[in-house]
Amino acid sequence: MNPQTGLRTALFERHRAAGARIVDFGGWDMPLHYGSQKEEHHAVRRHAGVFDVSHMTVIDLVGTDAERFLRHLLANDVAKLTEPGKALYSCMLNFDGGVVDDLIVYFFTPERYRLVVNAATREKDLEWIGARSDGFEVELSERPDLAMLAVQGPDARELAAGILPAGSRETALNLAPFFGADAGDWFVARTGYTGEDGFEILLPSAEAGGAWQALLDAGVAPCGLAARDTLRLEAAMNLYGNDMDDATSPLEAGLGWTIAWKPEEREFVGRDALEAVRARPDRRRFVGLLLEDKGVLRSHQRVVVDGVGEGETTSGGFAPTIGRSIALARAPAGDYDRVAVEIRGKLLNARIVPTPFVRHGTVRIDV
Amino acid sequence: MSELPGDLKYTEEHEWLRREEDGSVTVGITDHAQAALGDLVYVELPEVGQDVEAGGEMAVVESVKAASDVYAPVGGSVVAVNDELGDDPEKINADPYGDGWIVRLSPEAFDEAALLTPDAYQELLDKLDD
Repeated sequence: MNPQTGLRTALFERHRAAGARIVDFGGWDMPLHYGSQKEEHHAVRRHAGVFDVSHMTVIDLVGTDAERFLRHLLANDVAKLTEPGKALYSCMLNFDGGVVDDLIVYFFTPERYRLVVNAATREKDLEWIGARSDGFEVELSERPDLAMLAVQGPDARELAAGILPAGSRETALNLAPFFGADAGDWFVARTGYTGEDGFEILLPSAEAGGAWQALLDAGVAPCGLAARDTLRLEAAMNLYGNDMDDATSPLEAGLGWTIAWKPEEREFVGRDALEAVRARPDRRRFVGLLLEDKGVLRSHQRVVVDGVGEGETTSGGFAPTIGRSIALARAPAGDYDRVAVEIRGKLLNARIVPTPFVRHGTVRIDV
Repeated sequence: MSELPGDLKYTEEHEWLRREEDGSVTVGITDHAQAALGDLVYVELPEVGQDVEAGGEMAVVESVKAASDVYAPVGGSVVAVNDELGDDPEKINADPYGDGWIVRLSPEAFDEAALLTPDAYQELLDKLDD
C-alpha cells in the first residue's frame, strides 16, 4: 500500500468497503470509481448517483462588511443576490486577471455568506482571501466539521429528499435551480457539477455515513471522481487547474459570462487587467471540440488550425453519453470551425461544436 | 483477481500470448491490465501484413481514463486483428483472454525463455500489490 496516507473524508471506510479504487486528489484519498466509471456516469444521466465531495472547502463569511468585501474579492457581483439561499458562480482573480480559483457563493444576508472552493487550492485560497480581507469588517471560518454529498441525476432530488431531516423535505423539493436552504442543521442546495438536476448537501460529518447508506439503500449509485470528470466535461463545466489557472484569464476560458462588468465603478480584484484582455483582438477562443476521426482526445493535446495558429485541449476525454470523444480547448483567435488535434503524433480532425455537449440527459450536439 | 490461464505465456508489460496449433501467436492484454485501465473505449489495431518488432508498439488500447501501448511480445508479421474491438472495445474488459484477443502474429522466432510462465507473472502481480 501507499505508505503516505492522505486526508480522508468521513466516508473513507465506506468507500473502501464498497470496493472503491482510491486515488490522491489534492492531498485527499478519494474514490476514483467503484468498479466501472462508465456505469457510474450513465447512472447519473439516467437515474441518480451520489458523490462524496467532502474534500471541498467550505468557508463561512460573516461581518458587517461581508457584502462589500465579496464585491471587491469576486469577479461576479454578489449584489445580484437578493433572495436568501441564492447561489452565484464566480471566479476569484489575482491582480493580473488570472484565476485564483472558481467557487460558489451562497447568500444568506448581506452580512452572511458561504463560499465553497476547490480542495486542491484550499491553502492558496485561504491565504488569498485572508490577505484581501484586510481592512474589511469580516470573519472567515472554515467548516471542516461539514461533509458534502452531491446527489445528481433525473431522480436525484426525489430520492435525496427522502433522507433529509424531518420537516425539510418540502422546502428542499421547492428549491428553484441554484438556490439553497437550511434543512435542520443540514444545508441543501439545488446545484451540481454534472449537467443534471440534483442537490448538493452539506451536513455534519458524524451524520454523513448514515446519509450515504440511506441514499445507497434508496437505489442511488455511488459514483467516483472519474465519472464526475466525464459528466462535468460533457456539461462543459470548467475544471480548475485544467481549463483555467492563475495564469489564465477567465475571458480565455469560456468564463466571460461570470464577470459582472457593471456597475463600472465596482473595483474588483483583477478588473484592470481583465479590461486589457477584453480589449485585445487576438484574445484566444475557448471552444468545444468533437473528434471526427477515430481516437480519444485527452487534456493538453496540441490543437492546430491551418494558417491561423495553435492552441491546446484543456480537458478532453471519451464522452460516455455521446459515445464519441470531446474536448474543451483554448484555440487561436480567428474565424474557423474545424481544427486538427495531435494525438500520439498524428493530426486528427475535430469540429468545433456548441457547448454544453450534454444537458439533462440529452446530447445537444450533432454527431 | 481471477486465476491466470495456465496455457498462456505472459510479459512484464501485461500482455498474454497463446501459441496456436498452426504456429501463429495470439496476443492480448491480461485481466490485471484491463482492470487497471478501466472501461475501454478505443483500440487502435495494426494492419494485417504489417511487420512488428519484438518489444515494439503494436496496438494502442484507450480507456475512459488513459491510453496504453500494447507491445509485440515477439517479432513477426500480423496475420489477423480482432476487428470486433472496433465496435466493442469492452470485449477486452469482459473477456481479456478470449473474445478480447487483439492481434495474431506469425512469429519470426518464438523464444519461450524470454517470456513469463503463469507462475512468474503471478509473482510479478504479487509484487505490484505490495
